[in-house]
Amino acid sequence: MGKVLMKGNEAIGEAAIRAGCLNYFAYPITPQSEVAEYLARRLPEEGGVFLQGESEVAVSYMIFGAAACGERVFTTSSSPGISLMSEGISYITAAQCPAVFVNIMRGGPGLGGILPSQADYNQSVKGGGHGDYKLLVLAPASVQEAVQMMMEAFALAEKYRNPVMILGDGLIGQMMEPVEFPEALKVKPTNKDQWATNGMDTRKSKQRNLVKTLYLDPEELNSHNLKLKAKYEQMEREEVRHEAYNVDGDFELLIVSYGTMSRVCCTAIDNLKAEGLEVGMIRPQTLFPFPKAAIYNAAAKPSCRVVLCVEMCMGQMIEDVERSVSGQRPVHWYGKCGGEVPTPEEVMEEVKKRRG
Amino acid sequence: MGKTFQKPEALSDTITHYCPGCTHGVAHRLVAEVIDELGIRRRTVGIAPVGCAVLMYNYFTFDFQEAAHGRAPAMATGIKRVRPDLVVFTYQGDGDLASIGMSEIVHAANRGEKFTVIFINNAVYGMTGGQMAPTTLPDQRTTTSPFGRKISDTGMPVKMSELLAALQTPAYITRQTLLSPKYINRAKKAIKQAFSYQIENKCFSFVELVSTCPTNWGMTPLNAIKWAEEKMLSYFPLGVFKTPEEKERSTNL
Repeated sequence: MGKVLMKGNEAIGEAAIRAGCLNYFAYPITPQSEVAEYLARRLPEEGGVFLQGESEVAVSYMIFGAAACGERVFTTSSSPGISLMSEGISYITAAQCPAVFVNIMRGGPGLGGILPSQADYNQSVKGGGHGDYKLLVLAPASVQEAVQMMMEAFALAEKYRNPVMILGDGLIGQMMEPVEFPEALKVKPTNKDQWATNGMDTRKSKQRNLVKTLYLDPEELNSHNLKLKAKYEQMEREEVRHEAYNVDGDFELLIVSYGTMSRVCCTAIDNLKAEGLEVGMIRPQTLFPFPKAAIYNAAAKPSCRVVLCVEMCMGQMIEDVERSVSGQRPVHWYGKCGGEVPTPEEVMEEVKKRRG
Repeated sequence: MGKTFQKPEALSDTITHYCPGCTHGVAHRLVAEVIDELGIRRRTVGIAPVGCAVLMYNYFTFDFQEAAHGRAPAMATGIKRVRPDLVVFTYQGDGDLASIGMSEIVHAANRGEKFTVIFINNAVYGMTGGQMAPTTLPDQRTTTSPFGRKISDTGMPVKMSELLAALQTPAYITRQTLLSPKYINRAKKAIKQAFSYQIENKCFSFVELVSTCPTNWGMTPLNAIKWAEEKMLSYFPLGVFKTPEEKERSTNL
């Protein structure tokens, strides 16, 4: 199949179907409601399950129930909705069930706005819900990349028995770009009989399965959390992804940026190159696990004097950038947090100011 | 001579953690007997609530999920939608179902989700230590209504069966109790009817069981039964509030 022109939200819905996930529960919220609208028509064609829940809280538990009986399942929402789902997400990570959550971010806090934002970095990467847990967080910078990450997310969720989050800003959901759905990314069914509550007859088992999150014995809870920690450490070894831009030669300043914002930075870097100023960029594609080593190595280049973290929020990823740079270079923040995407000219001006 | 009485296969050999005089044990046994009689144990998934019954999966021998507080009906929805061949039930107390989980239960009932709810109404939060519930009776003392529940402050107790029966979607809604053998026999019939409707893919089914909590009521088990019969059954009348057949008749009018 060739390329088709699709809106990001619809492409995300189609990508899930192409990956082999036919179960979707959701609650409408701008700017991602087109996913539900698309799937309300599309899933019945495939014999799949579409249900609009009564709230994001309920949806997160519909996801939990379905995932816990071993079925592939996903939902999509936007920032305030993800806040409500965060309770369920905490339980799903604790119960070690695979599921995919898509957050098409809008501005906050509170109702904030409906324009693109990256203000849920901390919520996605550092927790959001209660307890010690991590999500594997993938951050697409184009509609095509959103499709690929969506298709890969199910395999990753099942590999780790942990929810995966696709974190896109509102532009990723709203813009139209040509996309294709690689057949190779179709996810094969995996056997979940070891743990799923799919009915004893289904798995011809003498043992019942139990999906729970309560561990009243402190030693048992401690070892349960250590087991989860080991999975997050494995993600840090095996799943880190980033893209490097203009870092092969010498550069004076290193930008760290992700999602739509990183595409604006690419244009700024090209324009600055034409003016004779070399700027490199590391674009995290996974926000957890974070590409610490790539950022450390790029910042450590003798030519690099300063690091600039560009994000569409008040500066959340900058803490992880600072940790990665480990004090070798000064780290500055630039961004906007009202829903506007900074222009290439604005990024260029900031770069010139920061290079000193 | 063969055995005339034995433990249901659906029940395990675990020693109870429930207090003396608590009716959870009776309710558990009735559910287990019905599951045995219907031959559905190997395709049943139970959903445990938050409350005294959070560990109820220890007493059963089939698949179980453990919910967050109030969310069991949403989890049951998730399971039934993706695996309609499984038999699913939630087991929830009054704090779980009528307070924090009010939204989930009402919407699951209104969608006509094909699972069964066992609702234990003992007019108090048990596990957290006897706080006021939405079903706590007027003037009833609890740890958070130490001078008795004041209606002017907190409204009247919620009648869940009547509330759910008011929805227009066909359903089986009944209130029973576990206070004596004659009631227990009727409760078992209701539970069996509820599971049967589910198996026939007919409707949402809901069995409220008026129960006792001697520990948090501060009564002996016998006095608790007496108090429940006098005070609770007059406010929470027993009966069948709705059947799918009745609904069919009324919509045909």
